[in-house]
Amino acid sequence: MTGHETIEREASAWIERRDMGEWSAETQSQFDAWMEADLAHRIAYWRLEAAWDRTERMAALRPAELRSALRPTAARSPRNTFKFAAALGAIAIIGTLSTYYFTQPTYQTFATTLGGREVLTLHDGSVIELNASTAIRLYDDAKERRVTLEKGEAYFNIQHDAARPFVVTSGNHRITDLGTKFSVRTEEGRLRVALMEGRAEVDNINSAKPVVLNPGEVAIATADSISVAKKPIRELADALGWRRGQIIFYHTTLAKAVAELNRYNRKQVVIADGATARLTINGSFPTNGIDAFTQATEQVFGVHVTHRGDQIVISR
Amino acid sequence: MADKIKTDHEIALGSPGADGDLCPVKTWFVREVLPLEAALMQFLRRSGRSEADVADLRQEVYLRVCQQAEKEIPHPVKPLVFTIARNLMIDQVRRGQVIPIESVADLEAINVAGDTPGPERTLMAREELLLLRGALEKLPPRCREALILRRIEGLSRREIAERMGISEHTVSEHINVGVRALANALYGEPTSARRPQ
Repeated sequence: MTGHETIEREASAWIERRDMGEWSAETQSQFDAWMEADLAHRIAYWRLEAAWDRTERMAALRPAELRSALRPTAARSPRNTFKFAAALGAIAIIGTLSTYYFTQPTYQTFATTLGGREVLTLHDGSVIELNASTAIRLYDDAKERRVTLEKGEAYFNIQHDAARPFVVTSGNHRITDLGTKFSVRTEEGRLRVALMEGRAEVDNINSAKPVVLNPGEVAIATADSISVAKKPIRELADALGWRRGQIIFYHTTLAKAVAELNRYNRKQVVIADGATARLTINGSFPTNGIDAFTQATEQVFGVHVTHRGDQIVISR
Repeated sequence: MADKIKTDHEIALGSPGADGDLCPVKTWFVREVLPLEAALMQFLRRSGRSEADVADLRQEVYLRVCQQAEKEIPHPVKPLVFTIARNLMIDQVRRGQVIPIESVADLEAINVAGDTPGPERTLMAREELLLLRGALEKLPPRCREALILRRIEGLSRREIAERMGISEHTVSEHINVGVRALANALYGEPTSARRPQ
């Protein structure tokens, strides 16, 4: 047996013990010592753990499909896996938890201004990207991972942790991550949630039961309803163009395109008449490309563009 | 709380402590290095070495990359990984440890300069499911059964032992083998969902 093989066997044995819940304070300190002893140990463990975690995510995604693909087994709720994992997680963090129990929840506020963009990386590797004019509060401690979206739009790429689900709240709505990439955007009187990958639950104070989103699905949540529509993943990706500083329009009316552009610029575009507002355009523009946008409309549609101070007026 | 969060640009050093979840090298390794494993394994296998030697080399490459990352996270990582791999192989040849069937050079052939996100980083959930299913299907049947009972059914070790009519110790062995085989299948094997970049 080679050196690497021995290390890998040890690493998989730790994963098995941890997964089975055989984890006392003593085990933890033995494990810590093993991890500390050699970078090669840590690397082997990280690699196997990453693979093992991926299997959990898949089980969460489509348990029925996996099960039928492999072999029939007795019915048992897949939720048990979560409960069990949650219990394990609780055991693992119980030491650090006690110091947090008696402290008040604390949070940090992050905000972007008009045209701004910010990327936040949490210690667990989860990433939150804030679009322009966005404000969030972040609660991130041993007890919870929670964001309240006060206004604007954010994209979440969450490292799933069954013991500490990632929760986003906005108004009366709540989104619970089940291993996910998703975006949340506040719009007038409603909330738009688009799921790129994984799974997430959306519910609100008034709804009887949560709606589960699958990849490619968009939920529109109002004060008293949540509706879900399936969209091509391409369209969802386009809607996230802002993450690269792009706005992508596809058969978009000028009215909507202008409203979108105005989120990023101090200069505001105004459309003078209904007929112009209903023209539709395709194309991608930099979020600050207000001049490129107005020039394109001028050339393509033959409309008039007039500059009036901080306003740009488009008219027939 | 102030250090709970870092902007993208500030992520760099962290203590290489055992608490991997707070370790930036771990986060970086899982996110940036592991997805290169399929290409790396292909590169290493071309030298005609045995699977055990290839796996040893892979871990040695990881070790050196992470040693560097503990000082400073390298960016881009892909050229570094393949340069280290090539140098390790050349060293072995010099020391007469192995006679390569093919030459070790040829870094250009795998386009190491490009550090654009590979398809493996943008795998959609559906493709990942297929990848996982493929990985499970490659396992020995008893090992696969134990893994599914654990991972998907959520049974305890004792319950799995009863269900399969084997000892708890054997259950552990199955899970152990399964974890390692899954890692190889998920990261190390080229599949249709993971076209070369």
